[in-house]
Amino acid sequence: MNVLLDYLPEFRDGFLGTLAITASSALLALVLGVLIAGFRVSPIPPLRAFGTAWVTVLRNTPLTLLFLVAFFVVPQILFQGASPYVLATLALGFYTSSFVCEAVRSGISTVPLGQAEAARSLGMTFSQTLRLIVLPQATRTVIPPLSSIFIALTKNSAIAGAFSVTELFNVSKLLNDRGYPIAWIFLWIALAYLVITFAISGLFRLLERRLGVAR
Amino acid sequence: MSGASVLYDVPGPKAKARNRVYAVLGTLAVLGLIAFVVLRLSAKGQLQPEVWNIFNYAGVRTSIRDGVLTTLQVFAVAAVLSLALGALLAVARLSDRKPIRWFATGFVELFRAVPLLITIYALWVILLSNRDSLGLTGSQPQFWALVVGLMVYNGSVQAEVLRAGINSVPKGQKEAAYALGMSKTQVMTTVLIPQAVRAMLPTIISQLVVTLKDTSLGYIITYEELLYKARLMSGNIIVNGNDTYIPVIIVVGSIYVAMCLALSALANWIERRGRRAKTGIGMAEAAEPVTATDAMEAAGAAPDGAAGTKG
Repeated sequence: MNVLLDYLPEFRDGFLGTLAITASSALLALVLGVLIAGFRVSPIPPLRAFGTAWVTVLRNTPLTLLFLVAFFVVPQILFQGASPYVLATLALGFYTSSFVCEAVRSGISTVPLGQAEAARSLGMTFSQTLRLIVLPQATRTVIPPLSSIFIALTKNSAIAGAFSVTELFNVSKLLNDRGYPIAWIFLWIALAYLVITFAISGLFRLLERRLGVAR
Repeated sequence: MSGASVLYDVPGPKAKARNRVYAVLGTLAVLGLIAFVVLRLSAKGQLQPEVWNIFNYAGVRTSIRDGVLTTLQVFAVAAVLSLALGALLAVARLSDRKPIRWFATGFVELFRAVPLLITIYALWVILLSNRDSLGLTGSQPQFWALVVGLMVYNGSVQAEVLRAGINSVPKGQKEAAYALGMSKTQVMTTVLIPQAVRAMLPTIISQLVVTLKDTSLGYIITYEELLYKARLMSGNIIVNGNDTYIPVIIVVGSIYVAMCLALSALANWIERRGRRAKTGIGMAEAAEPVTATDAMEAAGAAPDGAAGTKG
């Protein structure tokens, strides 16, 4: 009980850190995921192959390995001096983008065929069809899986704590090093994660209701 | 691709020409990206033969082999235990006795909501501080923390998968079994679970892929599995004044991807086989088990989860 009260600033920083890293990598994953999903359904074979390779490789790589790549390979060959926060965002965002891509792609296939056909018969190009007709309608079916993808992302962000990003796992390590009983720390950290995951699922349920239409 | 191709017309001569231009541009862009990475790699001297020659040393090979074997060992133990726990929890959640049902629900919701790493770390700390009384030596605290953490988390997920499977068995099956005079245990073990497992096998195996990937969390609690060995090796082996992170990570990454792909291929194969069969209930999809089950739960988990924090 006292652990929380004694170390309220640390818990607050960790909580905000988890929120920040989750939000920034969710944004990156969303942008990349939609882009790659567009690649995967495009009429251009090399882009399709690129999209497939992207998803296959990233989905079958352990996230910890991606963190190692981000922290040891990227600074060596691409750019130096990025903060751990940026590198962790890259690793989490790239990993999650493959899951977002698959969710968007299956959302695209749930849009009734007539919609795309009608758009084509109006003379729309591929990118117009996708942008103006199919993706807006796919949004509705994509939202429930996206909610669980982002909940998984929140949980995965704990790994960033092991790579010296300030967030909740980091706090749990710090307090354990100071000799507090792990059971209490575990309980409070678990509660903090529950708060975030419930907030995400609540937010997405709200979105779902706003976007839902009677069919 | 049949669903996707509806997004664009069958290309005419003009569109064909345009698509060809885009294809060339796209290929160039992808190749350019690859060339850029290769150029950067060679600029940093990572494509020198000496750097890659390290994989000819017996020590490096033994180290990688040991790492793979350790990872597979953790995976095997954790997979078996998590499946057993999953079956137990699934049955407990469907039990008629309220305390059992509540306990199982709380357990599942708590450990599914907490990041696996936090669970593993807490277990590690507990085992490490009690290792004398538990008689654990060497790297055994790490091993058991990793295995028990994986068991608890994946067991909870498998329980949800299995429960969804049991619920998807048509009601007539259960009623017919009761009508034949079977006991509750008999109905569960001889009628419901076999059909549930058969329907959910692709999802179960996809979750095993997640288990395999998550064994890499052992790296963080300094357990000497493949990733930790790789990190240790690449920091220690200095070639041309550089550490060897890049070649080692490329090789180890390929090993991980190959192992996971093999397991996913098995899931897809079973799913295709199950679709061909006309009998029984439909097969679940092999893709993204966690996401799929979480999606189901995200809609209806709020009250259960709140109980979970107390449990």
